[in-house]
Amino acid sequence: MKIGTPKEIFAGEDRVAMTPASAKDLQKLGYDCVIETGAGVAAGFTDQSYKEAGVEVVKTAAALYKAADIIAKVRPPEDVEVKRLREGQTLISFFYPAQNKDLMEAANAKGATVIAMDMVPRISRAQKMDALSSMANIAGYRAVIEAGNNFGRFFTGQITAAGKVPPAKVLVVGAGVAGLAAIGTATSLGAITYAFDVRPEVAEQVESMGAQFVFLDFEEEQQDGAKTGGYASVSSPEFAAAQLAKFREIAPDMDIVITTALIPGRDAPELWTPDMVASMKPGSVIIDLAAERGGNCKLTVKDERIVTDNGVIIIGYTDYPSRMAAQASTLYATNIRHMMTDLTPGKDGVPVHNMEDDVIRGATATHAGAITFPPPPPKINAIAQVAKKNQPKELTADEKRAKETADFKTQTRNQVTLLVVGAVLLLGVGLVAPASFMQHFIVFVLAVFVGFQVIWGVAHSLHTPLMAVTNAISSIIILGALTQIGSGSWLVVFLAALAVFMTGINIFGGFLVTRRMLAMFQKS
Amino acid sequence: MEYGFTTAAYVVAAILFILSLGGLSGQESAKRAVWYGMAGMALAVSATLFGPGAGLWFLSLILIAGGGVIGYQLATKVQMTQMPELVAAMHSLVGLAAVLVGFIAHFEIVRVAALIAEFSALGGFPPEAFVWPAAGMVFENPRAAELATQLRNLGSFASLIAQKTVVEINILRVELFLGIFIGAITFTGSVIAYGKLAGKVNTAAAKLPGGHMLNAGAAAVSVLCLIWYFNTGGFFPLFLMTLAALFIGYHLIMGIGGADMPVVVSMLNSYSGWAAAAIGFSLGNDLLIVVGALVGSSGAILSYIMCKAMNRSFVSVILGGFGGPQGEQMAVEGEQIAIDSDGVATALNEADSIIIIPGYGMAVAQAQSAVAELTRKLRAKGKNVRFAIHPVAGRLPGHMNVLLAEAKVPYDIVMEMDEINDDFPSTDVAIVIGSNDIVNPAAQDDPNSPIAGMPVLECWKAKQVFVSKRGQGTGYSGIENPLFYKENTRMFYGDAKKSLDELLPKID
Repeated sequence: MKIGTPKEIFAGEDRVAMTPASAKDLQKLGYDCVIETGAGVAAGFTDQSYKEAGVEVVKTAAALYKAADIIAKVRPPEDVEVKRLREGQTLISFFYPAQNKDLMEAANAKGATVIAMDMVPRISRAQKMDALSSMANIAGYRAVIEAGNNFGRFFTGQITAAGKVPPAKVLVVGAGVAGLAAIGTATSLGAITYAFDVRPEVAEQVESMGAQFVFLDFEEEQQDGAKTGGYASVSSPEFAAAQLAKFREIAPDMDIVITTALIPGRDAPELWTPDMVASMKPGSVIIDLAAERGGNCKLTVKDERIVTDNGVIIIGYTDYPSRMAAQASTLYATNIRHMMTDLTPGKDGVPVHNMEDDVIRGATATHAGAITFPPPPPKINAIAQVAKKNQPKELTADEKRAKETADFKTQTRNQVTLLVVGAVLLLGVGLVAPASFMQHFIVFVLAVFVGFQVIWGVAHSLHTPLMAVTNAISSIIILGALTQIGSGSWLVVFLAALAVFMTGINIFGGFLVTRRMLAMFQKS
Repeated sequence: MEYGFTTAAYVVAAILFILSLGGLSGQESAKRAVWYGMAGMALAVSATLFGPGAGLWFLSLILIAGGGVIGYQLATKVQMTQMPELVAAMHSLVGLAAVLVGFIAHFEIVRVAALIAEFSALGGFPPEAFVWPAAGMVFENPRAAELATQLRNLGSFASLIAQKTVVEINILRVELFLGIFIGAITFTGSVIAYGKLAGKVNTAAAKLPGGHMLNAGAAAVSVLCLIWYFNTGGFFPLFLMTLAALFIGYHLIMGIGGADMPVVVSMLNSYSGWAAAAIGFSLGNDLLIVVGALVGSSGAILSYIMCKAMNRSFVSVILGGFGGPQGEQMAVEGEQIAIDSDGVATALNEADSIIIIPGYGMAVAQAQSAVAELTRKLRAKGKNVRFAIHPVAGRLPGHMNVLLAEAKVPYDIVMEMDEINDDFPSTDVAIVIGSNDIVNPAAQDDPNSPIAGMPVLECWKAKQVFVSKRGQGTGYSGIENPLFYKENTRMFYGDAKKSLDELLPKID
């Protein structure tokens, strides 16, 4: 079968869904590849390089649609492209079936199968074809570069002969794939990076990328991210208020703000209000990655760079991946190639559309003349559900004091109980036992007490030497044998001699081995 | 020399012993502490030898010297990996000595009682009214004169007995009975523990048919013997009890699996102390009581620490084996992925922070010097290499620390579990060498696991985990370890020493 890639007709779209490298891999799967002339030029791939990779180059889009059985492209098809589809043909592209109902019905009417790259479920196995993530990664990176382009200072702090430069402070709102990529880029450029997300469980990821997580003073049961496929869900009004208050507090300090907050199937939430923009320093930059869906900042103008009255630059571009077309095409083409690998289990150039497969089922919008969107939820959870962790609450000073007092009280109570019980027992023994016994008994009790006090202080690493040395000194029983050896019959002498001999072994063996062990402990 | 002088020497010795134990709180002070212990022992022994009441001091000296030679040989020849066996074997000696001394005390009581009875009969008064024959008294009856001389020349211990009242003699009997009982348990228990640690006895928990009922039966026999002995003072009940106690010691330790040996060894340590204290009571020797109590409480605390580290009650360890799974254990998904030395070397060369988790397997393979060499190489490259020691790693409390010290790993990079557990998430590579249960995530995740709730080293939180292990088996306790199936875990199969020797030249 033939896989074909047309030139993207959407204005300003530079990406291409097939690269010479991915074409070679597709051929290994048994497919023939065909491409429209000039499709890869904007991304830096010439027709010549495709030809060298064994790809047939055709002159027109119409010819391509006629020649190919499978169409791989980037953007959702335009009406004119849908018209070219035919029965049994497969289209693989971003499709956004939820927003593009008409388009989906049109494609279905043509009898084509549509695989929407944006619908690939977020499970571990499907990560290799998760085009949304690869594009978001680029967007996050590019957002920082774009910010740097518009920001008049260094990211990193420097002390030079010509004066001191403070490091830039970057706030990333929304720690999804794009957010994390932005954090990584900003940190490696030397900026002090802060990040916020409504899902507190991503704090660990944020910190692993080198940013500080901005915590709110707010207690709320956020829905477990695992249940929503790793996406954020809508937060309560109280939470939103606390969040805005926090942003308002830190806004004047921030030089660059990158907002990436999106909730699936909804308009972008407003997180960066005009008053926060007003409080920022002139020359500060806001990159709104949610511009496509209305923007996290209401001042954002889609696809435009604007400058506010107080000199804050707000950038609402939506085509970051296309701005890095070569990189984006390489990654996207690889995603497509992985999708084809899953579709071609036999590696014989014949796709098998297995609707039992979670990934293929999830991505398929129309198939065999029927609309199959929306798919059932995948059988496997995207992320293993995290058991609710009862994070130790930060105690206030009062609570701490109360706890300490309570602890002290229980401790005192325990100690007093022990003392009372011990004393009663001792008195009980004293009532019946003769004085000579009691004298020894007191010594015994005191020695046990001293032992308990002393041994708790022994370091864990010295437990083996402790055992060896206690073993050696427990040979003190030799004193018993020594006092007896001289008195009485041969049997007594013999037994006592045996005991002396054995404890002799023990004394020397125990102490020497302890010394040997202790001598080995060395400081570095 | 006078009694007063001996007592003074004993007080000094007792203080030295306390300082000796207290000094073990730090590595540096410990080196001084062991000298205190030796000085205390030397003082105590010489004060007794040359003090009043001791006879045959020349023979004693020879015997001590003879024992010393053997002890010296043992102490200098023993491999550090064999330390658990050595400690167990030496405990058995203390136990046996306690039994012997107890028996001697019994014979002395009988002998003195016989002397007094005969003397009283000759004098025509009942034994209860016995009066000590004063030095100047002259006896007409030659036999009575002979007895009086014998009585006057009794050893220190025997003369002590002779002056005791009936109640005191009875208490004495209880004390020596206890001493022999504990000593006998310590003796056979330590012998079996030695056998298990040295691999001479099957390490699996084994019980005779009847299980704990047999132990309970033997204990009941011992109690009956105590009542019998208390009333008659005969030799037979004492002997019968000794047999029962020897059996208890044997059977109790046979029923405990190899993984619980740290608790067993420290428990036997504790017993040998209590035996010494009990004998001290019967001999009326305060130093014996003091030292016995010190050793006893030390062992008890160690056992407690070990049990706490395994999240198990002392009783359940002593009664043997795990409590058995309380339900279906979590099935482990995934597969164990193997890696070769090249892969490990690459990861180590790239890593900045490394934590090594040694276990019993390292001791078995004698791999500690290879581990130390690896550590030196990595540290020379400026990497942060540390060791994480679980309290029950190995077969003896602190076993791993001693092995690493032997291989000259500096002790300040060897950390306790609580010190290092929080550092795993920021660690690049964790290397598990021959440990299993102490790194088992099931202890936290699976409430049905036999080790549920046991504190473990959370090495799976490191970015990458390498497990050096002989094969795919489940290890000592037979519990499946989900760590081996984790995505960031790679299995480095093979004998630990061979694997590390293969790895070493690849670290550059």
